[in-house]
Amino acid sequence: MSKPKVAFYWCASCGGCEEAVVDLAENILKVVEAVDIVFWPVALDFKRKDIEAMPDKSIAVTFINGAIRLSEQEEMVKLLRKKSQLIVAFGSCAHLGGVPGLANFWDRESIFNRAYKTTPSTHNPEGIVPQEKVTVDGKELTLPKFYNTVFRLDQIIDVDYYLPGCAPPPDLVMNAINAILEGKLPPKGTVLSPNKSLCDDCKRNETKPEKLTIKEIKRPHEIMLDPEKCFLAQGVICMGPATRTGCGERCIEANMPCRGCFGPTDQVIDQGAKFLSVLASIIDVNDEKEIEKVMDTIVDPAGTFYRFSLPSSLMRRKRMPSVADNEK
Amino acid sequence: MVKIKINGKETKVEKGTTILKAAEKLDIKIPTLCYHPLLEPYSACRICMVEIKIGKRNELVTACNTVVENGMEIFTDSERALKARKMNIELLMARAPAAEPVKEIAKELGVEKTRFEIKDPNEKCILCGLCVRTCEQVVGAKAISFIERGADRKVSTPFGEPSEDCIGCAACAYFCPTEAITVEDLDKREVIHDEMILGPNSAIRVPIRQAVPMVPFIDEENCIHFKTGNCKLCEKVCEKEAINHDMEDEEIELEVGTIIIATGFKGFDAKKVPAYGYGRFKNVLTALEFERMVNASGPTGGQIRLADGREPESVGIIHCVGSRDENFNEYCSRVCCMYSLKFAHIIKERTNAEVYNFYIDMRAFGKGYEEFYHKLLEEGVHFIRGRVSEISDVALTPEEEGKLIIRVEDTLVGTVRRIPVDMAILSVGLEPNFGSDEITRMFNLSCSQDAFFLEKHPKLAPVSTAADGIFLAGTCQGPKDIPDTVAQAGAAASEALALADKGKFELEPVTAEINEELCSGCQLCIALCPFSAISYNKEKDISEVNEALCKGCGTCVAACPSGAAMQNHFRDEQIIAEIEGILSV
Repeated sequence: MSKPKVAFYWCASCGGCEEAVVDLAENILKVVEAVDIVFWPVALDFKRKDIEAMPDKSIAVTFINGAIRLSEQEEMVKLLRKKSQLIVAFGSCAHLGGVPGLANFWDRESIFNRAYKTTPSTHNPEGIVPQEKVTVDGKELTLPKFYNTVFRLDQIIDVDYYLPGCAPPPDLVMNAINAILEGKLPPKGTVLSPNKSLCDDCKRNETKPEKLTIKEIKRPHEIMLDPEKCFLAQGVICMGPATRTGCGERCIEANMPCRGCFGPTDQVIDQGAKFLSVLASIIDVNDEKEIEKVMDTIVDPAGTFYRFSLPSSLMRRKRMPSVADNEK
Repeated sequence: MVKIKINGKETKVEKGTTILKAAEKLDIKIPTLCYHPLLEPYSACRICMVEIKIGKRNELVTACNTVVENGMEIFTDSERALKARKMNIELLMARAPAAEPVKEIAKELGVEKTRFEIKDPNEKCILCGLCVRTCEQVVGAKAISFIERGADRKVSTPFGEPSEDCIGCAACAYFCPTEAITVEDLDKREVIHDEMILGPNSAIRVPIRQAVPMVPFIDEENCIHFKTGNCKLCEKVCEKEAINHDMEDEEIELEVGTIIIATGFKGFDAKKVPAYGYGRFKNVLTALEFERMVNASGPTGGQIRLADGREPESVGIIHCVGSRDENFNEYCSRVCCMYSLKFAHIIKERTNAEVYNFYIDMRAFGKGYEEFYHKLLEEGVHFIRGRVSEISDVALTPEEEGKLIIRVEDTLVGTVRRIPVDMAILSVGLEPNFGSDEITRMFNLSCSQDAFFLEKHPKLAPVSTAADGIFLAGTCQGPKDIPDTVAQAGAAASEALALADKGKFELEPVTAEINEELCSGCQLCIALCPFSAISYNKEKDISEVNEALCKGCGTCVAACPSGAAMQNHFRDEQIIAEIEGILSV
């Protein structure tokens, strides 16, 4: 019997998730022994036509990381969906939209304008921005379409499982691969991490006061962080309560508050809104002006509460006249 | 039992009884000076000399410390005994000529003067040592003793210096038979513990005649036993053996279905208004102190007296002290006008003093109150409309000499007046009682702006609170007079009974619930619950909702960051389905 075929693909991502695969260290050898890697653009030279030539459903599982922001990415994931039995959304960007998803506060034009024209380091006197089609010496060159909106993977194709994290920790990746190899699969749509919030595993949970309230909000660099005390009890925003556990509390161990990369638990629809709701509830100030003062100390609230999940939020993106509803 | 004969009368007494006690039983009086039933006899004064006969032997003994023997015959007034007593009293008369009890006994014995030399005609001490024994045996302080010998013998502290061991209890002076000891507070040891001024008090006492329950309590701060570990005199004299110094305060846990909170008020602290001189001037009293004074069972037996014992010729009653004053409490305390009028009436009734009421507005709103006010107007009480600016003792005219001068703007006349009075009564307002904050937290009550407990609804639920089964009665809810308090207490009691009688309580179905499987124990919901219905279960590491307390407000549900808290009947899925339904039209 031939070994099961496995594919890896990346979309709008930083490449960290590819590192996460390599992070399996010597375990990667066990994986390679057990499977045939048929597609992995970051490491191996395969072409799109190789995939197209494969029979449908011939790949056992494809791990896709990164959000969907270009037409090419959409085409590729749709192709891989066709050729694969299982699709695993790998990492926060594929799972929730991730950091690239924060681009949903703008549209194509404003992003191009910033990236290609107004950043201090740009020298572009002619104001050239990427075009989908351009004719050079009578020959037409094309580029993928840059969408106004960033999508998470399951907004484009059907996804079977989700491996959360920025990037997913090696033990979760290994568990997922083992489960697939052994055929011990959970119900479709499962996020392959425990369905409880980070506080459940956090050692600092014990240090919470009986009634946790916050009078002022601090950023991590503004105070000497107590390495054992609950961040919220120190007035530092920690997304832990609104974030799924399973990450191994790597940030907490490094004395940094949780930023929410594992996304919400199954019950929660909108991670940022949920956290904002709890934060607003525990701020122990009653005067309206004082409340405003406290809230003003949250620098970049959208980036804080939706750092990884803006495309997964109820709003999905900022509403702009240039972007029609449901437009890509 | 021991068979004895006293002055020819046969009697049986218990073994170990002294002659003095045996005689006491037969109502035979033997004079004593240094004897006190609560202390060991000492036989120092030797006034209790009696003649006894055992077998064929006759002898003179002191009755206080001689124990009876079987067949003993005692003659308390025999010639020999009387002769000895007379000699001893003559000696004592020479030693302590100023001691009244010595003079009295001498008179009884028919001794008119002493044949011995009188050293100091003002001496009162008979060197009986009762004070020394009191200090040692009762108080346990051992601060005084005899010093010197022979003719120089006297009672003193070591080297005659103020003793560190003296706790200032004044028990020595109390026990001294000849009033030879006076107590002076030399270094502020607070000898006298006052109960709301008006004189010293006992450390074990019934607070006031009207106290409920009518039982004494031990004031540990001032009780000698709690200072030295000794004394316990009260235990010895209480025949019912009802006093136990070892009892400790207990916390008793009761499981109850309903609770009525009736924690009352505390009076405004008049010292917060230094201009009124409370605490500086002895004749500036607060209303409660005056109330105590005019009480028939109070320290003056209901007589109105100044600190020096005189009857006042003029009294000023100052309304709204600490009330209707933006520096202190803005609210009206509601009861002060009427009790001030009552005071004015009582003063008029019991003395010939002129009475001045200084008021801002006269608030006589209750049943029969306005009539009472009119009655006082007719009684000749002066009413001066204006807030008193200060009470001072600085006299500007001879008439003001030795008086308290009340300075006030008479707003009806439009001039500033100075009114000299002998006594000023401050009609202090009502404030939330001590510990209100703690009770607020414990029962999760709300407070109105004036910090009194807030009722559920001012008109429709005036004795209920936001928490079911918890009711308010009396001044803890706001200043009110006795009729209002009684009415409210009745309402609260019947509300509580109505619940208790049913024995069960129907819960609202719309409550929150925390899913054990999903809860991560982050505890963020606990601080948010306005009804304190959520607690943290450390064993399970989850938060739990007490359904009996939960009002289904949904705060925890909205806030639960992991979505473990769910609102029954209003689950997220239900609400989203509703929204979708609305939007799909």
